[in-house]
Amino acid sequence: MNHIPEIIRTIPFTHYLVLCSCLFFVGLLGVLIRKNVIIVFMCIEILLNAVNLMMVAASAYRGDSAGQIMVLFTMAVAAAEVSVGLAIIVMMYKNLKTTNIDLFDQLKG
Amino acid sequence: MDKIFYTLSILTIFTAIMVVASKHPIRSILYLVATFFLISAHYVLLNAQFLALVNVVVYAGAIMVLFLFVVMFLNLNKDIERFKSWIPAFAALISAGTLLMIFLSATRTSQLTIESAGSHDIGLVETIGEVLYRDYLFPMEICSVLFLVAMIGIVLLNRKEKVNTQNVMQP
Repeated sequence: MNHIPEIIRTIPFTHYLVLCSCLFFVGLLGVLIRKNVIIVFMCIEILLNAVNLMMVAASAYRGDSAGQIMVLFTMAVAAAEVSVGLAIIVMMYKNLKTTNIDLFDQLKG
Repeated sequence: MDKIFYTLSILTIFTAIMVVASKHPIRSILYLVATFFLISAHYVLLNAQFLALVNVVVYAGAIMVLFLFVVMFLNLNKDIERFKSWIPAFAALISAGTLLMIFLSATRTSQLTIESAGSHDIGLVETIGEVLYRDYLFPMEICSVLFLVAMIGIVLLNRKEKVNTQNVMQP
């Protein structure tokens, strides 16, 4: 157990910032490029996990456990969001017989 | 310790790129499971053991099973997408790259000293539970209300479809 906080001393905090920025970039690129709505949802999960990792790193470096509580809440919100979103995707697949996000433009009023 | 961190980071970014780049949705899901496990390994390195466990259980367990179930339920095997034109992809690359540049330039001025770091038991269940039930009790109750609303929403979504099919079936 004693060797675990070693990473806080050896790795600078900016490396975690760069890692999470790269993860966020990849997820955002997936959200913007991909057409399959399920993969767009998975890329949103990557975005959420990049932010989660950022908050855990900040909490570990500051020695404050409030960031980890925020990550718990983020996970709860992500679980609710995924369940509702996948239900909506299944409903729209039943109506439209496709998961291409370009054809999901019938919601505009 | 350095090598573990950098190997994990490169593997995490590689699996995230493969989630975006792979054609088949099921391959994307499996790469996403790998990404979640690697992020859990990052949590273990950061001394957040409880969150690593919760991440494996909630993300790699529940959410990914939900995704796999939906993909296999919808039978997307023939539905392989192809790019119509490269202009939207190029615009997406430029806008996301601009955001990445903003983040990377913001990291240069980040001032987070490591003097206050140190206590080993931040991520243990005992500490998390004490803080959660002492300081963050009301947000946790709001979270339970959120789950209730999500559950009601899902039930309503599926019930509406059933009413429609009954109306179709009756005449």
